[in-house]
Amino acid sequence: MPHAVTLLPDAQITALTRTYEAAVRERRRASLLVAAVILICIALASWVGEVKPLVFFAHADRLTGYFWQILPTLHWQTLGADLAEWYWNLDHWLKLLVDTLLIAYLGTLLGAIGAFALCFLASANLVRNPLIRLSARRFLEFCRTVPELVFALLFVVAFGLGPMPGVLALAIHTMGSLGKLFAEVVENIDMKPVEGATAAGASWTETVRFAVVPQVLSNFASYGLLRFEINVREASIMGFVGAGGIGQDLIEAIRKFYYSDVSAILLLIIATVMLIDLGTEKLRHRLIGFGEQR
Amino acid sequence: MNRARIQPAAADHARLATAFPQAMAPDPATRVRLLVTAGAALALALFGFWHLGFNFDRLGTGLGQLAHFITLMMPPDPGTQLPLYIHALWETLAIAFLGTLLGALIAFPFGFLAAKNVIANIFAHFAVRRVLDTVRGVDKLIWALIYVTVVGLGPFAGILAIATASIGELGKLFSEAVEALDRKPVEGVTASGGSPMEAVRFGMLPQVLPVLASQLLYYFESNARQSTIVGIVGAGGLGLHLAEQIRVLEWQKVSFLILMMLVMVGVIDFISSRLRFAIIGRAPTSV
Repeated sequence: MPHAVTLLPDAQITALTRTYEAAVRERRRASLLVAAVILICIALASWVGEVKPLVFFAHADRLTGYFWQILPTLHWQTLGADLAEWYWNLDHWLKLLVDTLLIAYLGTLLGAIGAFALCFLASANLVRNPLIRLSARRFLEFCRTVPELVFALLFVVAFGLGPMPGVLALAIHTMGSLGKLFAEVVENIDMKPVEGATAAGASWTETVRFAVVPQVLSNFASYGLLRFEINVREASIMGFVGAGGIGQDLIEAIRKFYYSDVSAILLLIIATVMLIDLGTEKLRHRLIGFGEQR
Repeated sequence: MNRARIQPAAADHARLATAFPQAMAPDPATRVRLLVTAGAALALALFGFWHLGFNFDRLGTGLGQLAHFITLMMPPDPGTQLPLYIHALWETLAIAFLGTLLGALIAFPFGFLAAKNVIANIFAHFAVRRVLDTVRGVDKLIWALIYVTVVGLGPFAGILAIATASIGELGKLFSEAVEALDRKPVEGVTASGGSPMEAVRFGMLPQVLPVLASQLLYYFESNARQSTIVGIVGAGGLGLHLAEQIRVLEWQKVSFLILMMLVMVGVIDFISSRLRFAIIGRAPTSV
């Protein structure tokens, strides 16, 4: 099928080509500038961060060697006995794992309750008073900016060693991050029920209870489950600073070079995290589906 | 303010209740299910409090102690160690920056390998995803601890830890971004005779790069928070000094260090959210 190609006159073509090339040049210059800035940042950061690639590559075998060493020695003939030796302390570890899960659960629950109480105060569509709203927001921001582990370190000094400071640290951090997410959900609700409730003479708490909560509850639950997943991971390291859970045994195994214990505990943690992820994902999909049906 | 409340008459109320039973009370099945769920959650919580040894005595004395510490923290004061702390701040920034970048560089190919629309073989992308999941299942601090035993104390271990953890998380985010892209440019490249590599380069990359860049910045924000704590296990940065000062109960220095962290995170959030919105071209939402 022959096509007739219309050619533009030369004058027009050169003008167009020039504009095109100028545009390309402009873009290229911008990309080079960004690349240069990034390279300078890398150089500065490597200098401050004491990056020594030569040393790293010279000792790279230590890294692979480490992972090689933490692998247990398993033989096919004596598999049962080898496994039993690898997980020699399984009862104790499972108990610590239950502790870890409970720390994560209580931390999430307490944090979610706190976030639920504060999120309505931090939403622009429910609270017109900027003083209340902004102070609620700044408080939540503070709670989520300070890392859990810093709270845990402080609380371990105040409350003593054990799971309690871990739970409280997780709860405060969870309150901060869930509070922000909850407030965003509340700000995106349909305002008609709120107006209806207000028009019918409902007080502020009644408005929240009957016009806002039914709209947001399934989303809140879904975010809470997501946070629970994250908190299981966090709870597994709370033991590093003495705040309970399986982290205590892990840090000991790593510091004292009990190689096969490291892999045994790590595998337990990874398996638990994956199971929790799968379970909460299913629950969350059901919750979201339930929310959309209504 | 005097509000007159209009109450429907009893007859009207009964008529409305029979016409709209849903509006008056949820159906009994939902209510029972809700109560059972709430009861189970409460029972588990009570069991947890008991199992983990919570008691009000400890809570009370602890809160008292905490209030006492807070009075001791005022005013924040670095003492004579300000230069040291400033250096630690730069170290923290370097850990976050290099860790994110290194992690992103390694995660980039993984993002494509784990995407269903690049690798059609279900086993291949399933395997890549499980590897990413495994890496993600281990917390940054655990990686930091492992790297400290391998490359020694110092910020370099922190960089490696942040990078390793970022591979898992960024790899997952990248693969989701790749799966969400528009097929048409890819089909166009293939139709005009491009190889699969060229399809990725000219059909996919231009679409995903802005998304990836914005996710990268977002991740940099989050890593800036995380890199403050890798020091707790000896991997450099502010966390090292923070853990030390908490152990020796120098509360004024502790509050100064926490303040430094808050300011650093605030500044980084501000800059990077501006950059992110510049890249994906949307106005920042209100604070």
